[in-house]
Amino acid sequence: MADTDVAKARTAPTGTPPKAGNPVWELMVRNQSIVVPIVALVLAFSIGAFLIRTQGVNPAYAYESLFRAALGTPEGLLRTFQKTTPLILTGLAVSVAFRVGLFNIGAQGQLLCGAMGAAWVGFTMKDLPGIILIPLATVVGVLLGAMWASIAALLKTSRGVHEVISTIMLNAIAIGIMDTLVNYPLQAPGDDIARTPEIGAGAKLPEFGVVPSGFILALILALVSAWVLKRTTTGFKFDTVGKNKHAAGYAGIGIAATTIYAMALSGGLAGLAGVVETLGVVHRYESTSNNGLGFDGVTIALLARANPMGTIPAAFLVGILRSGAAKLQFDTQIQPEIVDLLLAVTLLLVSIPIIAQVIFRKRAASQAALSSGWGA
Amino acid sequence: MERLWEKNRVAVILSAVVIVGMYVFWFMGKARAESMLTSAWGFAVPLILAALVGVVGERSGVVNIGIEGQMLISAFAAFFGAALTGSLIIGVLLGLGAGMLLGGFLAWTAVKLRTDQIIAGVVINIAATGITSFFYKQGQTLPGVFPRWEIPLLKDLPLVGKVFFANGPFALATILIVIVLNYLLFRTRWGLRTRAIGEYPQAADTAGIDVIRMRLVNVTLAGLLAGAAGAFLSMEASSTFERGITADRGFLALAIMIFGAWKPLQAAAAALFFGFAQAIASQLQADKVVDIPQQLINTLPYVLTLIVLAVAAGRVRAPAAEGVPFVKGQG
Repeated sequence: MADTDVAKARTAPTGTPPKAGNPVWELMVRNQSIVVPIVALVLAFSIGAFLIRTQGVNPAYAYESLFRAALGTPEGLLRTFQKTTPLILTGLAVSVAFRVGLFNIGAQGQLLCGAMGAAWVGFTMKDLPGIILIPLATVVGVLLGAMWASIAALLKTSRGVHEVISTIMLNAIAIGIMDTLVNYPLQAPGDDIARTPEIGAGAKLPEFGVVPSGFILALILALVSAWVLKRTTTGFKFDTVGKNKHAAGYAGIGIAATTIYAMALSGGLAGLAGVVETLGVVHRYESTSNNGLGFDGVTIALLARANPMGTIPAAFLVGILRSGAAKLQFDTQIQPEIVDLLLAVTLLLVSIPIIAQVIFRKRAASQAALSSGWGA
Repeated sequence: MERLWEKNRVAVILSAVVIVGMYVFWFMGKARAESMLTSAWGFAVPLILAALVGVVGERSGVVNIGIEGQMLISAFAAFFGAALTGSLIIGVLLGLGAGMLLGGFLAWTAVKLRTDQIIAGVVINIAATGITSFFYKQGQTLPGVFPRWEIPLLKDLPLVGKVFFANGPFALATILIVIVLNYLLFRTRWGLRTRAIGEYPQAADTAGIDVIRMRLVNVTLAGLLAGAAGAFLSMEASSTFERGITADRGFLALAIMIFGAWKPLQAAAAALFFGFAQAIASQLQADKVVDIPQQLINTLPYVLTLIVLAVAAGRVRAPAAEGVPFVKGQG
């Protein structure tokens, strides 16, 4: 269905733009998945510029201050890399789930489980050497994230509960549980702030210049995910279950098992994002420090169209914006939420085939495969 | 009467449980029972309105997961509209308008452009969070107190009278909306057609119903209810707007819609049941009967939603064509 539409759009004369035949145009048509986000970004930044101007600030100055803070100094670069790292991982988490047709909005809750698990291992066994402590904290965090996601998968496969609702509920429940833990049993003794004690020195992840070690791990995992999804039978099973459950069933692929497996992987990746955040940046669990990382993962996966390699530039974009937002506010009094607005507009334009339709005069039919309705 | 029983067994049982339970409490102490029922109803009103948005959308064949965003933008538009213009009426109208606008947007993208409906809804939610956070201004207040109306006679009923029939306009309207929508959906031509395009749009199309247009109109108009839910939150229930004021109610509402088997009356009873559970938990906490941290108590509605979905999801049947874009001449 998707392919025939594309073919039609390329060959059929109906509604073919006048520029057809032009090699640049052909290139753009072929690389729609890159062209559309770029056009969306340009439009979003233009709208952002307009809004910044309505607040009485020169948009060029505002954007310059944002990007200079994010990319212009070594500290800024380190911060940008630190912000990007968990976003690549949550973006991957949501992307992997998309492949089996599941919309994992619960990356946030799974991330919290991972962050808490890592922090708990990190401060209760703080005297262990890093070579044992780091892997142990990682395994616990990843497993907790995977378990939390599996609840949604089990509810889906055994009771037909749609994952969008169950993962949102699980997010809220995870927040409640974590807040209870840091306010009562796991609160650092004598601390007024709701947070756990600091993790042991050995558990802190090192940095290489401006590049945190977690970032390298995230890049490797993006490569591995791309390879697994594209070249292995696991990836083939995921895609088959995601695109056509009946075909998967006839081919002897266990739909329930594949769904649970993919969701656990997804939750594990989100949990790892929490682990990296705890061990690499925060060095403890704090109630507010992980806000929004999982939700940004949804944005990133949609921007990247569930392509693992695409999550890297998408996460960088979000990471840069988030990293520079505080300085933007400091310099211009513009609220840092302008970033959410820019992302929302970009996402709106990317997910809804307005641009594709206006530029390419066709419907982006390939999108329909990303997720399923209630019944499926 | 027998028909009512046959059609709405769950609704009748749930409501009966709630009301009988309340009378038991009443004997223990009238003031406490009334405050608990008031709290339950206050919790239920926005959930009912939001669940009805889902009911109308899905009965027409469109999944609306953007109710949360619709409510959030409406709450924002209503509150700041009223605060900046100095008129409660303008605030309410802006809130309703904002809900309808987003309903129209969802309808356009889902029905006309045939975008994935779940993604369109999630995008609405993300955009709503971004927009309301960016334009949020501190220190605004409503220009006046929201009115409180009393329905003569009905308000004198013991216990339930004060709770249900002496209330703000949105809470009162909710009762009417539930009854009217239930009638419209199951007793009128519009209702039959709406259910037809949600179950088997090809057949409806053959019978001469304009499926596309009807879906557009229904989803857009349902946005009014989301607008009412949003305006209720920021004007009637709290008279302030905070970031994230909707607190996932849009998603709880979807669970209530499923629990209520896509029927307005049953959804209302389910929402009341939710509100009641919440009220009991808060009351037990306040009375120091149980000592559970507040953070954990607050997760109760979400845990309850998961349980309810796990139990109900297998037993009720969703409209057959929901989530599937209609293409004339295909299928």
